[in-house]
Amino acid sequence: MNQAVSMHVASQSARSRSETAAFLLMVAFLVVAPSVIYPLFLMKVLCFALFACAFNLLLGYVGLLSFGHALYFGWASYVSAHAAKVWGLTPELAILAGAATATVLGVIAGSLAIRRQGIYFAMITLALAQMMYFFAIQAPFTHGEDGIQAVPRGRLFGLISLADPMAMYAVVVVIFLACFMLIYRIIYSPFGEVLKAIRENEPRAISLGYKTDRYKLVAFVLSATLAGVAGGTKAIVFQLASLTDVYWAMSGEVVLMTLVGGLGTVFGPAVGAFVIIAMQNYLAAFGQWVMVIQGSIFVACVMLFRRGIVGEIANLLRIKL
Amino acid sequence: MKRLLGLAAVIAAIGCMPAKAQYSDGMIKIGVLNDMSGTYADLAGPGSVVAAQMAVEDFGAAAKGMKVEIVGADHQNKPDIGSNVVRQWIDRDQVDVIVDVPTSSVALAVNEIVREKNKVFLISGAAASNLTGDKCSPNTVHWTYDTWSLANGTGNAIVKTGGKTWFFLTADYAFGHALERDTAAVVEKNGGKVLGKVRHPFPATDFSSFLLQAQSSKAQIIGLANAGADTTNAIKQAAEFGIVKGGQNLAALLIFLTDIKALGLQTAQGLVFTEAWYWDMNDANRDFAKKFSERNKGIYPSMVHAGVYSAVMHYLKAVQAAKADADGKVVVAKMKELPTDDKLFGKGTIRADGRKIHPMYLFEVKKPEESKGPWDLYKVRATIPAAEAFRPIAEGGCPLVKG
Amino acid sequence: MFEIFGIPSQALFGQLLIGLINGSFYALLSLGLAVIFGMLNIINFTHGAQYMLGAFIAFFLLHYAGLNYWAALVIAPIVVGLTGILVERVLLQWLYKLDHLYGLLLTFGLALIIEGVFRNFFGSSGLPYRVPDSLQGGQNLGFMFLPNYRAWVIVLSLIVCFATWYLIERTRLGAYLRAATENPTLVRAFGINVPRMITLTYGFGVGLAALAGVMAAPIYNVSPQMGADLIIVVFAVVVIGGMGSIMGAIVTGFGLGIIEGLTKVFFPEASNTVIFVIMAIVLLIRPAGLFGRRT
Repeated sequence: MNQAVSMHVASQSARSRSETAAFLLMVAFLVVAPSVIYPLFLMKVLCFALFACAFNLLLGYVGLLSFGHALYFGWASYVSAHAAKVWGLTPELAILAGAATATVLGVIAGSLAIRRQGIYFAMITLALAQMMYFFAIQAPFTHGEDGIQAVPRGRLFGLISLADPMAMYAVVVVIFLACFMLIYRIIYSPFGEVLKAIRENEPRAISLGYKTDRYKLVAFVLSATLAGVAGGTKAIVFQLASLTDVYWAMSGEVVLMTLVGGLGTVFGPAVGAFVIIAMQNYLAAFGQWVMVIQGSIFVACVMLFRRGIVGEIANLLRIKL
Repeated sequence: MKRLLGLAAVIAAIGCMPAKAQYSDGMIKIGVLNDMSGTYADLAGPGSVVAAQMAVEDFGAAAKGMKVEIVGADHQNKPDIGSNVVRQWIDRDQVDVIVDVPTSSVALAVNEIVREKNKVFLISGAAASNLTGDKCSPNTVHWTYDTWSLANGTGNAIVKTGGKTWFFLTADYAFGHALERDTAAVVEKNGGKVLGKVRHPFPATDFSSFLLQAQSSKAQIIGLANAGADTTNAIKQAAEFGIVKGGQNLAALLIFLTDIKALGLQTAQGLVFTEAWYWDMNDANRDFAKKFSERNKGIYPSMVHAGVYSAVMHYLKAVQAAKADADGKVVVAKMKELPTDDKLFGKGTIRADGRKIHPMYLFEVKKPEESKGPWDLYKVRATIPAAEAFRPIAEGGCPLVKG
Repeated sequence: MFEIFGIPSQALFGQLLIGLINGSFYALLSLGLAVIFGMLNIINFTHGAQYMLGAFIAFFLLHYAGLNYWAALVIAPIVVGLTGILVERVLLQWLYKLDHLYGLLLTFGLALIIEGVFRNFFGSSGLPYRVPDSLQGGQNLGFMFLPNYRAWVIVLSLIVCFATWYLIERTRLGAYLRAATENPTLVRAFGINVPRMITLTYGFGVGLAALAGVMAAPIYNVSPQMGADLIIVVFAVVVIGGMGSIMGAIVTGFGLGIIEGLTKVFFPEASNTVIFVIMAIVLLIRPAGLFGRRT
């Protein structure tokens, strides 16, 4: 543990002012943005930004590529929608119910998947997610192809009505920032340093006495839970939980967002989510070309810009982001 | 001036302009939302946009001083994409009326949003009968057909000609369930029996294992409670597995002109089904079909296209009469108050629950030797009068209907 | 489906045969994946798209060149194999030195591009492809009516699978291949051009996918997303079998097809998920897969 602590201290000092500056810039943007940009669009970006940040915690800092993160996102959105609509829970409790579901699913899927490494890990997570997708089609409470529709946004803590877009926006911003700071905290905690050690060289981490499987599982569950928060929030914002959110294409999208923004950077996934959602939104008129463009971005990122947008900027300016 | 216009366009695009004018933003904006690239692209798709344009032109909107604009979008049969588009259309692009929306799951989602935002929803492509039942809305008119009317027409006709035992092959979503439920009720009411059912994913490609289950049920009739490519695939594969040769018959509960065209008369001949409109029934229809196909890549109009035309026409009349389009409930109330009358559907009415009432027709697919042209596909077997064609208003359970 | 127990044999054998047909496709596709993985250490996510390409080429050949099914059966795998070789030369070969995950991501992106392009031009509803005339009709087996074409699919895929197995496990070329997988440097020292071998292997694996696509065209219609969902099931098949052995991929492919068929009889609701459940169980008991070596 000593080593981790010393690494931690080192990174404390290395944690540069650039990150703080970027964070303040982001908060400022979130405050100003809704008066210029369509709030519903912003909320969608924030939900996906959180989803991508959660995903990045696993891929960027532990080096585990989960190709089935839609499982946690989508199932959390189903449970949140169901909780808000059928059980009549307040929105914050509904989102928590969704996140709790994602945690449970994360424990199950995670403990199966970490039995294999590398490519197998990706394939197993994908297959498990697809299994739960089929389950979502058939389970009566998800309403199959229809999805759970007309989910009430309800009143926050039973008091504040979220029907007003700005109130809803404020809630989403708070959820996003809280989770973002939590992830940041995790990354720079001693626990996070062990994760990075596993990413760099797992056999070495094992030889140092770390039970790496346990660390991997905890990281996996954390990532799943946060993805669940994102999914639950999305269900409340859009008042709909549907099959799209559990489908494998969604898992692919979150990989793309993270890759575009920058693997293993703090701000990358959020930037990536913004770029991809904006692209989908403004190019929606081009129909299926969106899919082609997304594929091309994938190829371009893998072949040419493996650092992603934020990674390239950070590299150019020689700062940490 | 040009710069000013550009600026105005930017402001409009950002979407901060409140709707105050008589015709909100001085313009009536029609949003045609449907499946532009998938299973239903031919029977609705870009053709529905053409049909809406033709309605606007025939109504003579420009001459009457109304500015009408039509936008179209693809919902890919996914409720989340559909509701996203509709929210943006209404919030940002000031769309006043949403038209068509095949795929019941998407229509149900749009139904809720349009109600919440108090705009107008004219359904032509979707079928679920609960859109005028428990899910009915003061902002929605269900125009062309619904699952109850199909089940009623086809189910009645088949049970009465001896098809007593049924097995359902049902697409696993709202529309499929509704169609199966409504048909099963008609079958049982007429003394028939439902032996079983199997639900297949939507969309499905391989029906072999479902068809084998249907075969081993020994039912006389295999009811296909699905639509589009699912129906045509099931019919083709039934032929491949020798099901019709083995003595069982298929009942396509919802099939469109474009599907029959794709199947070919050789495979489809003799199929009996219910529809609301066919292009070769009178001169007005034939004339419409000719003009329509010229603008729609040679594809002839389906009943969904005709329904879009008819619905848009009546909507414009109501807006003109009400002299406003901003308040959706007011417009729909006006639509219900005015009798409907256009060249394709003739005279009709809209009920309090939002159901448009007109006759339905029982068609049979022609034999190859009877057909005189590439689109000469149907013959009329029976007319179901308007009074009997749709579910009685009291049975739907629509909260808008008092008493 | 409660009546099924009233007439068990009929339904059972029927569904078993259909399971075997699905199993043929699983086997062909997982075989291709296993061959590629063996040489390149890459999971080829584009496999589903290449399967779809095979079907589309068959469709083009029939409608634009007037070439029938039998010609397509030969031409489509060659064409797709050549495009595969191009992909390997232009893109994939630069990634071998990196984490294997990049190969997965690249092929995923390629799959999106191919599927998107085809969706654009051909919609997503699928195009019909006729069963060739010489395979029209079917046999009444007593318990079911088996269309001739489906019988042909089972036979052909068995032949192709075992030919591939023989090629890799029993010939000199196969011996080089296996050796190159184990120790590329050593094989290179023997004067064998390993990079070219890798390229050809990718082309061959991809060609197998295209062959499966041509075979699928008359059954499933030709549609842009025909491969996308299938490939995930095939991934699960590969995880169950373990990618160590060619025979493993073949046996698990057919075996899981049959199990899936059985599920359709006894518990139809689970027929979509059964393969994934089996995968989870196998992971618990034998993490390396049924035929895999512990890595």
